[in-house]
Amino acid sequence: MKKNLKYNVVWLLIAAIAYAFIYVLYVTGVITPFTEYTLITIGINIMLALGLNLIIGFSGQFSLGHAGFMAIGAYSAAIMSVKYPTMGGFFSGILLGIVLSGIVALVVGIPTLRLKGDYLAIATLGISEIIRIIIINMKDITNGPAGIFGIPPMVNWSMVFGFVVIVTLIIVNFIHSGPGRATMAIREDEIAAESMGVNTTKYKVAAFIIGAITASVAGSIYSSYVQTIAPKDFGFMKSIDILIIVVFGGIGSVTGTFISAIVLGILNMFLQDAGALRMIIYALALIIIMIFKPGGLLGTWEFSVKKIFKKKEDKSNASIER
Amino acid sequence: MEVVIQQLVNGLFLGSIYALLALGYTMVYGIIKLINFAHGEIYMLGGFMGYFFINKLSLGFFPALLLSMVGAAVIGVVIEFLAYRPLRKSTRIAALITAIGVSFLLQNGMIYWLGPEKKSFPQAIEFKNYQLGFIQISNIQVLILVISLVLMIALQLIVKKTKMGKAMRAVSVDADAAQLMGINVNRTISFTFALGSALAAAAGMLIGLYYNSIDPMMGVVPGLKSFVAAVLGGIGIIPGAALGGFVIGLLETITIALGFSDYKDAVVYALLIIILLIRPAGILGKNIKEKV
Repeated sequence: MKKNLKYNVVWLLIAAIAYAFIYVLYVTGVITPFTEYTLITIGINIMLALGLNLIIGFSGQFSLGHAGFMAIGAYSAAIMSVKYPTMGGFFSGILLGIVLSGIVALVVGIPTLRLKGDYLAIATLGISEIIRIIIINMKDITNGPAGIFGIPPMVNWSMVFGFVVIVTLIIVNFIHSGPGRATMAIREDEIAAESMGVNTTKYKVAAFIIGAITASVAGSIYSSYVQTIAPKDFGFMKSIDILIIVVFGGIGSVTGTFISAIVLGILNMFLQDAGALRMIIYALALIIIMIFKPGGLLGTWEFSVKKIFKKKEDKSNASIER
Repeated sequence: MEVVIQQLVNGLFLGSIYALLALGYTMVYGIIKLINFAHGEIYMLGGFMGYFFINKLSLGFFPALLLSMVGAAVIGVVIEFLAYRPLRKSTRIAALITAIGVSFLLQNGMIYWLGPEKKSFPQAIEFKNYQLGFIQISNIQVLILVISLVLMIALQLIVKKTKMGKAMRAVSVDADAAQLMGINVNRTISFTFALGSALAAAAGMLIGLYYNSIDPMMGVVPGLKSFVAAVLGGIGIIPGAALGGFVIGLLETITIALGFSDYKDAVVYALLIIILLIRPAGILGKNIKEKV
């Protein structure tokens, strides 16, 4: 416990330094409303991509339906905070989104996660499209294809920062826990894991639900920040956008997700006016990365405070690092 | 009653387009286990090639159809060579993501080049309506059905009767063993892509003629739905893909006829999920237990 405390303090320090760094940028006026948009988008994308990376990178299940869960969160928060334009309304919207997306992920996950590989991808894609079509057709509540506008803005950058830290904590802790190890065993070889007594469906569903919930939270924050949402924002393309972040960084690397969300966010800022050209560059990068580094840029590599300490202290005990 | 039969007839035409597309998916999946997400984009390119051949080279419909099928076959082989062949030995997810990348590249390449707006497809064949009893059929619908049936039968003959077809079937069962028997696996896979792409291009041109419009994003939704069709019939099984295509086409028009047109895509995906849960191998497929 004491040993872990040291690392946790270091991580906390890193988070505090990052916060202070952004704060200084704000105070000195480096961050304008335009760059603020990029900053907050990066934060939201980190949350989305971490959830997806948990599903794809750590449990080895290929989901293409992330945008559907994001839509659930976005609409819950939007509807609640339009009705009750207070912080309480917004947070109950987030909570509603968490509950709804958790239930949907559970109901959908138990049967579909029996499917393997590509079939699962198509099933999740179908589910996300179904969610979107239902939102379009529930005109009384969701205002149909026109979407909801005039959502009261509730989030600022510190809140987004806080949420990113919380989501990261939850995901990293899950990965390092017992169930997380079981989940990674499933990724390595599902049949072997099953024959070793791992309840594969349980852990796959658990990872899927956590991923769905983080997507929902990110969606809630997104809707409150952009103040206008429409069903078309949560189509297949959005799922692919998140997938690209995960793949760029490394399928199975939390560090990679952070780095790629930041790099792609900044790249996007400069390519904003390029339109179709931006997507061509994206697509080419995706193909080239996959051909030369099929596991993503960082693979499953993680930045670890522990390793740095280990190198300085003793090398003889390196075999039990985690 | 008349409305229902009319809708069923309409569903048949839509279904034959889905079936043509699904054949390409099913062949590629059967041989290298890859969901070729770029297949819908080949269909889109087929439509655009037809548009150019008819408008710029002022060819008739059938020469343009043949040319765009050949063109699409070449594009399919090039895509396979550049994007999928280097990934033959890596994970399925990597290959799938590459396929998504190729599909994005083709869509946005076309948007960048020609703009995102719809283009009206030239009316190369004059539209005529026939009245068969109470059913209305246009000559274009008949054309669609006849061309797709001819192509499907031709495909079935190629796969069952020719040497290349035999090689395709061998590679799909076991690529390594086929190689040991002296089959050129790479050439067989290229040939599969060529066949599938040619069928997709034909479907793209026919749909262009039918709806009178084409645009760079037209391949996305039919691409997904025809993949659903392929899964529905049992992926890797050629008659299954045709069957699945017709089922999806009919289902969609029935949903529209019942007044739920807003939900037509949702019904297709829901059917997919149900089928996957009840019969993961598809309607005509056999269930194979996986071993370690």
